[in-house]
Amino acid sequence: MTQAILREIIDYANRADPYPLYEELRKTPVSQDSDGPYVISTYYEIHSLLHDPRISSDRRNLTPTTGDPLAQTEEDGETALPPSFLGLDPPEHDRLRRMTNRPFGPPHSPHRVHDMRGELKGIVSGLIDGIVAADGLDRIDLVDQFSYPFPVSVICRLLGVPPEDEPRFHVWADTLAASLDPDPDADPSQRHKGSQDTRMELGMYLAGLIEERRKNPGDDMLSHLATADTPDGTMTTMEILSTSALLLIAGHETTVNLITNGMLTLLRHPEVLQRLREDPGMAVPIVEELLRYEPPVQLLPQRSPLTEIEIGGVTIPKGASLWLILASGNRDPKRFDHPDRFDPDRGDIQHLGLGSGIHSCFGAPLARLEAQLALSELARRLENPQLLEDPPPYRQNAVLRGPRHLPISCDGIRP
Amino acid sequence: MNGDGSLERLKRDGRIVVVGASLAGLRAAETMREKGFTGSLTMIGDEPYEPYDRPPLSKQVLLGKATADRTALPRRRDIDAKWRLGVPATGLDMAGRRVRLADGDEVEYDRLLIATGVRARPWPNEEEGALDGVFVLRTRDDGAALERSLAAGPRRVLVIGAGFTGSEIASACRERGLPVTVAERGNAPLVGALGGVIGEVAAEMHRTHEVDLRTGVMVTALEGDPSGRVRAAHLSDGATVEADVVVVSLGAQRNTEWLAGSGLGAGPRGIACDAGCRAFNIWGIVTDDIYVAGDVARSPHALFGYQFLSLEHWGNAVAQAETAAHNMLSEGMDRRPHVWVPAFWSSQFGVNIKSVGVPPMGTEILITQGSRDERRFAAVYGYQGRVIAAVTFDQCRWLPFYQHLIETTAPFPPQFATVDRRPEGHKALAADFPDPSVPTHGPTITLSGYSPADRKMTFTPARH
Repeated sequence: MTQAILREIIDYANRADPYPLYEELRKTPVSQDSDGPYVISTYYEIHSLLHDPRISSDRRNLTPTTGDPLAQTEEDGETALPPSFLGLDPPEHDRLRRMTNRPFGPPHSPHRVHDMRGELKGIVSGLIDGIVAADGLDRIDLVDQFSYPFPVSVICRLLGVPPEDEPRFHVWADTLAASLDPDPDADPSQRHKGSQDTRMELGMYLAGLIEERRKNPGDDMLSHLATADTPDGTMTTMEILSTSALLLIAGHETTVNLITNGMLTLLRHPEVLQRLREDPGMAVPIVEELLRYEPPVQLLPQRSPLTEIEIGGVTIPKGASLWLILASGNRDPKRFDHPDRFDPDRGDIQHLGLGSGIHSCFGAPLARLEAQLALSELARRLENPQLLEDPPPYRQNAVLRGPRHLPISCDGIRP
Repeated sequence: MNGDGSLERLKRDGRIVVVGASLAGLRAAETMREKGFTGSLTMIGDEPYEPYDRPPLSKQVLLGKATADRTALPRRRDIDAKWRLGVPATGLDMAGRRVRLADGDEVEYDRLLIATGVRARPWPNEEEGALDGVFVLRTRDDGAALERSLAAGPRRVLVIGAGFTGSEIASACRERGLPVTVAERGNAPLVGALGGVIGEVAAEMHRTHEVDLRTGVMVTALEGDPSGRVRAAHLSDGATVEADVVVVSLGAQRNTEWLAGSGLGAGPRGIACDAGCRAFNIWGIVTDDIYVAGDVARSPHALFGYQFLSLEHWGNAVAQAETAAHNMLSEGMDRRPHVWVPAFWSSQFGVNIKSVGVPPMGTEILITQGSRDERRFAAVYGYQGRVIAAVTFDQCRWLPFYQHLIETTAPFPPQFATVDRRPEGHKALAADFPDPSVPTHGPTITLSGYSPADRKMTFTPARH
């Protein structure tokens, strides 16, 4: 395999700042080395593929090749759950997503996310209070002490995991996150086994919880999914399992990175951090610009055409693997003025950070709220925060990109 | 105009008058200021209100979820205008460059933008139309009045006309639990805008929501009680419907009467203009200083065989206003055409309906994704072997793809595989638009010019 492009995208050396590489990629909007995936790097081409009904998200439509380094990272083996709606096409996708949305958002549950605001604020406050209690303020790891535990707690509350079981969830989430972030030096079969065991444990736990919620339903999402009788029917236990596993993993790893990338960017732009401190309302445009400027999901590696298509002057065969580099589209100068500038005052910001089309981020309203609350509270409460390492150490993962640690210091914590 | 500085003078201290203080007028004014126009700007509107948004009037407002006085349009920027609200324009002196107002005033202009839009077509019998309980729905006041009457809990509502507005009204009534009868002259709701194949789906939607849908009938008379309140309607099939609220939803009329005799190319079909929004005079010669935008404009569209289209679409009003404003402050080669692809949306019976292109031009239709039975699908319309339009029911995220097919004159029927392609989507059907020689009500798209698909040209409501 002589796959220079793919190797460069995967290459850890480009992790801290992949944007010069993307700039290079955009010179050829659609590119391919040997038999590897087609890499799409420009805004309009990505956007049109995200809305193209000839493009499948179901990996069973992919022609297997050896040239796709991300093709084998997905769950497989006999313990695997059926694919979640993220990896399905309509009509199954639509049905499952609709049923999942019923207890989550409009029109049936317009208040769910909004009503979590107080609870979210409580978690944020608790975690920031905990920073003082921990190892002091000279060296805070914002990832481990804040942006990691926060979304796990939130997803537990949303699903209806009893508070006493939350610590177990944190352990499972850590293990699964590690499996999404392959360490090139680790033994792959060991890692695979570890993540399979975790999936199994998590699945067993959730299955028990679903049974219990069927008997004693509450107002949490699992209860609704377990008991709902909708125009689309009811979800099977397996479907609820794969859906909640999706919510846990996708709704978690991404938010960690959104918050961490956000704080890193703010520390690199102290004037914006100052504005946020003075006006928490700035959190809304700041988070939106962050989703463009440093999106937690850098690329979508799992789509393929159901038929031969032409895009950007290139003919792509049926079943080929497509990598849509969202983060590159977000910095396309044909779409955004001064794309490499972090500018929360940008008016025109139809970014690709949450995808677009039918698979656009399901948890977007919650992710936005989590990031807004987290960043505005950090800005308000941390006194004189300083970045201790720039760039900080990044995760291995090229798809879900973000710092593994974010060492900072501060002079004090405001009440 | 050739570098003599006149454009700079116009931009610096010219006088621009906008007749029509609604969506198109406001967006045009904002665009002019954005482009550096610092002269005097006068906004003339016949309603007493500053610009407000109309789509909520047949949706949230009728459900009592928003009040009609809270639908003011958000402002993009300050426009620093002289507002002449509640005063209709009554005449135009093209030679003297003056607009005459109902209060006797005259306003002089260097450039004029006409964005007077449309108004609801009234019930043709004036006496019957004046009965208490008979409504139309176009303005903020209409919306507030109709909402009050629905909130009072009428025993039955009759909606005359099942175009988009009529269907949305029926949907709102059902959501409020009110019994509602819909009388439609065509064979199905939305048939004028989307054809019979889709009309069938719409009819099913009405029926499953327990709307008493009567198609292929006309309302011949409205009957009042001795106190002057409407109590019943008589239908052409001999039936009588007892209703204490009647909503006349028979489409719109263009507000051009005030231009009669002015020499401008204005009439019942709108004001003809070139693709750059410059109005024609009655000789078909383009004017240099008069521009039109929004529902009242009628302009040739390159993508649709240069047919003159007049579109009652929210998005068209915005885009055309921006183009008109740009061209009003530009010369020659800097002017740009209005090539917006027609698009509209509706929300009724819990379904989101969106369309792009010009469906009534289509002769065939193909369901490309989803299924009509589930009321979730995407369909494309074909015209002479190309894709001319598309419609989605609860599938709007695919629409940009279909718009691209229209813009690139993709072949019809499309042969490619799609996600969610069902057996019914393997064969094109006749789109089944009504015979254009038979009058029908309420399409939101009016095709004018020499197209056989044009219905409005032949339809004139009987005046008693």
